[in-house]
Amino acid sequence: MGEQLLQLLLTGLTLGSIYSIIALTLVTTFNVTGILNLAQGEFVVIGALIAVSLQGTGMPMAVVFLVSVILVGILGGLLERLTINRARGASSLGMLIITIGLSISLRGLALLIWGTDTYSLPAFSQGGSIMIGGAALNPQSIWIFALVAVTLAGLYGFFEHTFWGKAVKASVYNQTGARLQGINLNTISLLAFVSAGGLGAAAGVSIGPITMVTYDMGFMLGVKGFVAAAIGGLSNVGGAVIGGILLGILESFSSGLISSGLKDAISIIILLGVLLIRPEGIIGAIRERKI
Amino acid sequence: MLSITNLGVYHGYVQAINNLSLEAKEGELLVILGANGAGKSTLLGTIAGLYRPSAGEIIFKNNSITGQKPDQVVKQGISLVPEKREIFSSLSVLDNLMLGAFHRYRKDKSELMNDVKEIMELLPALKGRERDQAGSLSGGLQQMLAIGRGLMSRPTLLMLDEPSIGLAPLVVREIMSILVLLKNKGVTIILVEQNTKSALKVADSVLVMERGGITHSGNSSDIIADSLIQEAYLGKAHTN
Repeated sequence: MGEQLLQLLLTGLTLGSIYSIIALTLVTTFNVTGILNLAQGEFVVIGALIAVSLQGTGMPMAVVFLVSVILVGILGGLLERLTINRARGASSLGMLIITIGLSISLRGLALLIWGTDTYSLPAFSQGGSIMIGGAALNPQSIWIFALVAVTLAGLYGFFEHTFWGKAVKASVYNQTGARLQGINLNTISLLAFVSAGGLGAAAGVSIGPITMVTYDMGFMLGVKGFVAAAIGGLSNVGGAVIGGILLGILESFSSGLISSGLKDAISIIILLGVLLIRPEGIIGAIRERKI
Repeated sequence: MLSITNLGVYHGYVQAINNLSLEAKEGELLVILGANGAGKSTLLGTIAGLYRPSAGEIIFKNNSITGQKPDQVVKQGISLVPEKREIFSSLSVLDNLMLGAFHRYRKDKSELMNDVKEIMELLPALKGRERDQAGSLSGGLQQMLAIGRGLMSRPTLLMLDEPSIGLAPLVVREIMSILVLLKNKGVTIILVEQNTKSALKVADSVLVMERGGITHSGNSSDIIADSLIQEAYLGKAHTN
């Protein structure tokens, strides 16, 4: 029983780390631009699918990872310029609908290019599972944990120790004040979507070896990232990571101990719970933000 | 130095500025008076690029800056210290100051630190508070910080929107003397104030705004002598 619980915990931590990365990108984009990007899950999938295509050409996995991150980063930037930037001044709800439209369009694009097949990606490192107290840990999970750690450290370093990071923070705290110092909020918004695309792709390529990849898995990943972000209050970076880990562990335990059918339902139940118990954590934050 | 012709600005369907023209000469301290809703803040915001004019032209140093965005206007040498100060409360005093020099940050960082030192000399109340969170400062110090941040872009035209609001008389006097000091250093200043007495003491020229237009203009003594202005802004009875 103890080994099973530990196994479920390790699985939950892996799942949770995936959700954490998606939640981190959602929270960062929301903090910086005031936009809740519901197309974030699609960035993850497109990143993974691009990696599948690149990997087929025989490129080394490290290059595949980098190129996927760069391409989806560019895609994120392009979509921001073509849609979000043109709708600047629209209501929060309007922006939300635009990102839903983006999500549907990206899914359609993925279907056209990669079809309905299920793809897999090779693990970043070779070797069998690592045994911890009788439970097996997939080596790819360690890469995913590392990605979360690097993302967190990168975000911390950027916001706390770089001038541009402080300019971004300034524009989050006070948009008028930031504009008057010559900080261009359009550039900040572009930067946010480029990073959201790049980070999404990094998450997609990292989880590909564990979850397999299909064109339509982005929606559910996006929902889970949103639930994780909502648990953390939607604007809290640390809260998003904790929310993601918590969601992953709950999913793992509920599907392992009760029924595997509960895996996806649990996130919706948690979302409803958060909405009922602490609605200001989500809705209040959305209303307060100005785009 | 600054020439505005037939300016019109709308907020939605409401015309906030209507056919306004003005001139600000190099090195002068121009005070703009007016009641709430007269359009003073909108005027400064439009010069700074926060609002887009519907008509008219803004010429600064012989270049049109009409409709330019704030990041472009700052680069031309115009800085606005807004009414609500708009400081970055969660950032340190030093970060706030450094962000004031955003558009020239990449050029020379040691130069920026020298500018911070100069600003600390000009605003000694901020000395020793560099690492403090800006939001923890008193109202007076926050206003000093807002002025200091505005100066970090090295403006040749500094605009201040009601810097004395909510501050103790002693702090207001200090701010006014800083403005005179800046003027003597060659910075052109446009000061929007409701504290008429304090503003008129330091003004070279004065404009009075009502309902989006200019109703009176002249030098400080002309305005003080105007009985209508005395009644409306200086609390003195109309004697005619």
